[in-house]
Amino acid sequence: MTVKPPADRDLAPRYVPWSEEAALAVMRALPALRGPLLPVLHALQESFGYVDPKAVALVAHELNLSRADVHGVLTFYSDLRTSPPGEVRVQVCRGEACQSVGGHALAEHAVSSLSVGFGETAADGSVTLEEVFCLGNCAVGPTVRVNGRLHGRVHAAGLDRLIRDSTPSGEPA
Amino acid sequence: MTTVYVPRDSSARSVGADEVAAAIKQEAARRSAAVEVVRNGSRGLMWLEPLVEVATAQGRVAYGPVTPDDVAGLFGAGFLEGAVHELGHGFTDRIPWLAEQDRLTFSRVGVVDPLSTPDYQTHGGLSALERALTMTPRQICDEVTESGLRGRGGAGFPTGVKWRTVLDAPGTEKFVVCNADEGDSGTFADRMLMEGDPFMLIEAMVIAGIAVGAREGMIYIRSEYPDAVATMRAAIRTAYQAGWLGPRVLGSDHQFDLEIRVGAGAYICGEETAMLESLEGKRGMVRAKPPLPAIEGLFGKPTAINNVLSLASVLVVLARGSGFYRDFGVGRSRGTQVFQLAGNVARGGIVETAFGMTLGEMLEKFAGGSASGRPIRAVQVGGPLGAYLAPAQFDLPLDYEAFAQVGAMVGHGGIVVFDDTVDMAAQARFAMEFCAAESCGKCTPCRVGAVRGVELIDRIVAGENADANVALLEDLCELMTDGSLCAMGGLTPLPVRSVLLHFSEDLHRSKGARP
Repeated sequence: MTVKPPADRDLAPRYVPWSEEAALAVMRALPALRGPLLPVLHALQESFGYVDPKAVALVAHELNLSRADVHGVLTFYSDLRTSPPGEVRVQVCRGEACQSVGGHALAEHAVSSLSVGFGETAADGSVTLEEVFCLGNCAVGPTVRVNGRLHGRVHAAGLDRLIRDSTPSGEPA
Repeated sequence: MTTVYVPRDSSARSVGADEVAAAIKQEAARRSAAVEVVRNGSRGLMWLEPLVEVATAQGRVAYGPVTPDDVAGLFGAGFLEGAVHELGHGFTDRIPWLAEQDRLTFSRVGVVDPLSTPDYQTHGGLSALERALTMTPRQICDEVTESGLRGRGGAGFPTGVKWRTVLDAPGTEKFVVCNADEGDSGTFADRMLMEGDPFMLIEAMVIAGIAVGAREGMIYIRSEYPDAVATMRAAIRTAYQAGWLGPRVLGSDHQFDLEIRVGAGAYICGEETAMLESLEGKRGMVRAKPPLPAIEGLFGKPTAINNVLSLASVLVVLARGSGFYRDFGVGRSRGTQVFQLAGNVARGGIVETAFGMTLGEMLEKFAGGSASGRPIRAVQVGGPLGAYLAPAQFDLPLDYEAFAQVGAMVGHGGIVVFDDTVDMAAQARFAMEFCAAESCGKCTPCRVGAVRGVELIDRIVAGENADANVALLEDLCELMTDGSLCAMGGLTPLPVRSVLLHFSEDLHRSKGARP
């Protein structure tokens, strides 16, 4: 279960720490589905913030799949992560529409100001930076998503402000 | 009580619609004004978002783009009576940009409260399904075929023919799948339809189910669209309560159950067979065709797979007749296409219009030139796999065949505009880079070819054996086109070749051809 952040600030959702019992509870709370693997992995990630590699055997057992099947799916989809995300999750759109209105500069600014590369989490766990290929906000780019919240017409200064406002301590990330 | 509309569309929210809605409620309370705020979809005039509309006796009056700081001033100027204000645009329906479109599939988007069933029915909702319930499956397929409707996802295959194939396929268990994995950059029409008129998609899925003999449907929505997922899920719950879904659709003998599945960030899952694999809980790996999904699709059963816009168009065909729909358009491109103006444009958003308008007219009349005010140098139509068009080609009519003839494609109708600061060599490189990142890896031309393509473009730009490497790149493009299993590797050469053809000076900068 995730705890909702206060409405006026884009704080990261608080995740439940990984445990086998909690994972089983999440899985068993889902309705029976045909082709259930992706919904199950989504549900685990929503609860824990990531899919712990220890979940592979558990999911395989529960769904009567091989561990290779589960590992294969877990590593195929870019949304699914196997380590906890940072406190602030910044996703920058790299699609062509955003490129045409300054997306490259925004992406470079994100990397240099946060001192992390795309796909990386800062060593202190403060921030995760990700690139996304299109957030469907193509007429009001450049677009970023900070802790799940979409923002359009964002340039360097706007991104700094969004990240500052999302950092729980109020300090720059 | 005055009704004020503030969009709940995620694009409008991304530029402050939630804050504006809150400010309006607060200011109304402060002034003890009787105001009801309705969160509608977006009208699609994205440069004016957040676009606030006030319902007056004469019609809805538009104001935008509104910030929370503007709200007190709007109240002061009397916007609740539709008063003149510097942010005002008069009656929404008479804004030329909107009035000059043919809004068929988008007729309710931005107009209604997306989750209100009375609103839906007042604005023509369910009339297509009611008619379909009086028809045989064969008659429905025939009507759709007669309309000339072709799949709006990009491939342009006749929808009625596809449905007829599923209907005729042997088997008692069949599926309808809606492909809402709208991954192309520059496209957002599926998202806006799902967020702004979700019952439309539900009604169309039920009709598809009746037409092909399926009792079960799934909508595969990309994870990048959380608002669309939430809106569709809420609409499905309501539709079950209203008896529009379930064991007896609208009291008929037809059963139809509908479920939402969410993607996980893989562009390739917009390819129909990769999507089927994903729905089955597997890696999104492309399947070889044949067998066609219409014969062996989801869980090996006959499956009708349609894009959101195709399904939306079916409702127009059934509600207003195939002749009405076919009368729009040119040549073999019948009906309307929902074009999405994106990127560096002064006026971006949704332009639904009959096929046949030239690209130049679209750019001038609707886009209003570039946002930066600089000359437009290149326009990519049809997503990351679509060609870049140069100004000399802007007289090309927007129709499937005219675009195909020059090695371009209309695709899902995304139009991304670049001004003269664009580096076209970088765009060609990005096309290959994107293919390398998103390839499912099943076939070699795509998996390896894309990586080699990036390397070749780097060498050409660096001036290493440029002529020989250009020849090699052309050869590689031909191989990817002919040898790839699906459109990912098969169409990536489209943008690359268009750069070779129309913007080659950018590839040879090291020779000093272009500063």
